[in-house]
Amino acid sequence: MVSTTTRALLNRLFNVVPLLVAVIAALVVASFLLAALNADIATAYGAMFQGAFGTVNATAETLVKAIPILFVAIGICVAFRGNVVNIGGEGQMIFGALAGVAVTLWIGESLGVLVVPLALIAGFVAGGFFGGLAGYLKAFFNVNEILSTIMLNQVAVQIMNYLLNGPLLDPAAAGSNNIPKTARIAEIAELPRLVFGLPGMSEPLFDRTRLHYGFVIAVVLAIVIYILLWRTAIGYRIRAVGYNERASRYAGIKVGRQMVLAMFLAGGCAGLAGAVQVLGLQYRLQTDGSPAGFTGGAGFNGIVAALFGGLNPFGAIPASIFFGGLLVGAQNMQRAVGIPAALVTTINGLIVVFVVSSQIFTQVRNRRRAKLLIQPERIEARAATAETPL
Amino acid sequence: MIESILAPSVFASAIRLATPYVFASVGEMFGQRSGVLNLGVDGIMLMGAFFSYYVALLTGNLLLALLAAVLVGALMGLAMAFISVTLKAEQGISGIGVYLFGLGMSELLFQKLVGTPRSVDGFPRVAIPILSDIQFLSLGEIFFNHNLLVYVAFALIPIAAFILNRTPFGLMIRAVGQHPEAADAMGVSVVRVRYITVIIGGILAGVAGASLSTALLKVFQQNLTSGLGFIAVALVYFGRWRPFGVLAGALLFSFVNALQLQISALGIDVPSEFAVMAPYVITIIALVFASKQTEKPTALTKPFDRGG
Repeated sequence: MVSTTTRALLNRLFNVVPLLVAVIAALVVASFLLAALNADIATAYGAMFQGAFGTVNATAETLVKAIPILFVAIGICVAFRGNVVNIGGEGQMIFGALAGVAVTLWIGESLGVLVVPLALIAGFVAGGFFGGLAGYLKAFFNVNEILSTIMLNQVAVQIMNYLLNGPLLDPAAAGSNNIPKTARIAEIAELPRLVFGLPGMSEPLFDRTRLHYGFVIAVVLAIVIYILLWRTAIGYRIRAVGYNERASRYAGIKVGRQMVLAMFLAGGCAGLAGAVQVLGLQYRLQTDGSPAGFTGGAGFNGIVAALFGGLNPFGAIPASIFFGGLLVGAQNMQRAVGIPAALVTTINGLIVVFVVSSQIFTQVRNRRRAKLLIQPERIEARAATAETPL
Repeated sequence: MIESILAPSVFASAIRLATPYVFASVGEMFGQRSGVLNLGVDGIMLMGAFFSYYVALLTGNLLLALLAAVLVGALMGLAMAFISVTLKAEQGISGIGVYLFGLGMSELLFQKLVGTPRSVDGFPRVAIPILSDIQFLSLGEIFFNHNLLVYVAFALIPIAAFILNRTPFGLMIRAVGQHPEAADAMGVSVVRVRYITVIIGGILAGVAGASLSTALLKVFQQNLTSGLGFIAVALVYFGRWRPFGVLAGALLFSFVNALQLQISALGIDVPSEFAVMAPYVITIIALVFASKQTEKPTALTKPFDRGG
C-alpha cells in the first residue's frame, strides 16, 4: 500500500510531466521549423539560452520581461480555475497602466511614498473593473467572455492612444512627432531597483541592472492568490463553480457572482502588471500605437505561462521566467542566426496547443478514478481538492 | 456634407470590405453548427493571407495564390479538428494556440522570405457587363464592379444556406451540433462530420485571408488582419448561426469600416481612435442583444464522447 504522501507526490508529478512533455514537443516542432529555414538548431537554441541567461544582465532582463507575464499569469490561474477564459490580459494591463499613471501624475510628490500603493491599487481596480465587466456580461447576459475580452482589448488600445495623444500627453512632447507618451512620473513614485547583497559576496547581485521590485510584488501576489484559492471560502466557491457549475448552483453558490469575482481578480492582476510596468520600468506610459506597443504581448504570454504553470500561481513563477527568457533570448537568436524573433509567438502557440491537448491523458486517468468514487460526498470532497486544471 | 459621407463609393467599399468577414464567418458557422468553436480563425486567415500573397509575388498566378490559401487553410483546419475533435481539447484555449501559431508563423515567414513589404498586382476588378452600367442609385458601381472574390463571397451565402437547410449533409451537420448522441445512434459519424466542417471552415478562413492580402490590400504585413478573424467569430453569434444573418452582420461591420475610412479621408474632426473602436463596441453590444441565443447549437464547444 502506497502511503498517502507518496501518492500525493506522485499525483503532483503526474500533473507536471504532461506539461513538460508538451513544452519539449513544442520546442522539437520549432526545431524542424529552424531546420527548414536553414538555421543550425544547436546554434539557434544556444544563442537563445545565452541571450536569456548567459550573463547577469541577461538574466536580469529575463526577469524584467517575466514580471508582467507573471502578474497576468497569476490572474489567469484564478479565471481558468473558475472556468472563465480571460483573453483580456492585454486590455486589462493597459487600463491598469492608465489608471496607475494618471493617479501617480495627479498626486505627484504631495503624499510622499504613499503614492506607490495608491497607484498600484488604482491599477488593480481599473484592470479588475475591465475584467469584471466581461465577467458580468457572461454571468448575466450570456455573452461569451472570450469574444468580449478580445473586443475589449481593442477598445483599451484605442482609449490608450486617445488619452496619450490628448489629455495625458506629456506637455513637453506636445506638438512634436515623438512616440505618444505621458509625462515622467515623480522620482518618489518609482519602484526601487532590486539588488541582492549577501555577506561574503564580492559585489551585490543584479547591481546596475533594470531588475526592479515589481518582481517581489509579483511573488507576494502569487502567495496571496494561492492562499485565496486554496485556503479560503472565496477561493473554494470560485473553484467549485469552475469544476461543476450546476452542482455549485444546487449547493446554493451564487454562480454569476463567482464568475464576476474571478474575472475581477484576473483583471486586477493584469492591471497591476500595467501599473508596475509604469512605476518600475518605464516611469511613464508610452506606446507605438500598436496593440502590443505597451504590453509587449504580456497579456497573451501570461495565458501561456499560466497553462504551463499548471494553473497554479507558484507554477506560474518558473513558467513566466521561462517565457521571459524565450523573449529575451529570441532577440539574441535573431542576431546570431537571422531567425526572426516572431519564432517565439509561434512556439507559444504550439505550447498552448500541446498543453491543452495533453489534458486528455490526465482526464482519462481522472475518469478511471472517478468510477471508483461514485458516492456524492466523495465527489464533493474531490471537487474541493481537485488539482485538475480547468 | 452628408452626401459626401454617404457617397456611392462608400457603399461600394463596404461591399468590398465585407468579403473577408463573409468568407471567415460562413466557414466558422459550419464548424459551430456541428458543435466546434474554432477560435483560431484569425491565425488561419493570417497564414492564408501570407501564402497567397507570397505565391502571387513569386508567380504572379492568382489561381495558384488562391490555391495556396485553400491548402494552408485546409491543413490548419485539419490540425484544429484533430485537436478539438480527436484530442477533445478545450476549444476556446486551443483556438488561441492556433491563433498565436498563425500570428507568429506568418510574421516569421514574411520577414524571412520577403522582408520589406512589396505590393502585388492582385485580383483585378471585373465589371459585370450591362449590370455594372446601371445608373439608378449608382447600383452598378455599388454592386457590380468588384474583384472576383467579392462575387464569390456573396454567392457563397445562398449556397451555404442551401447546403445547411436543404441537403442531407446539412441535416447531418445540424444533428451533430444539436444532439450528437442521437446523430450517432442514427449511424452518423459525429467525428467525420466535425472534421469536414472544421476543415471547410479552415479553407474559407484561408480564402478570407487571401481576399485581404491579394484582393483588398494587395500587400502583406505583420498582423495584417489585426483581429478581424475574431470579429468573424463574433459575427456567427451575431447572425444567430444562419448564413443570411451572418451576411447582415458582415455588411453592418464593413459599412462601419467604410464610413470610418471616408470620415478620416474627408478630414472630419472626430478623434480617429473612437472611429476605430466603434466596430468592437458594436460587437459587444450586439453580443448582449444576441444573448438569448435560442438558436445556439446545444453541443457547441462540447467534445463528443461515445462512452463505454
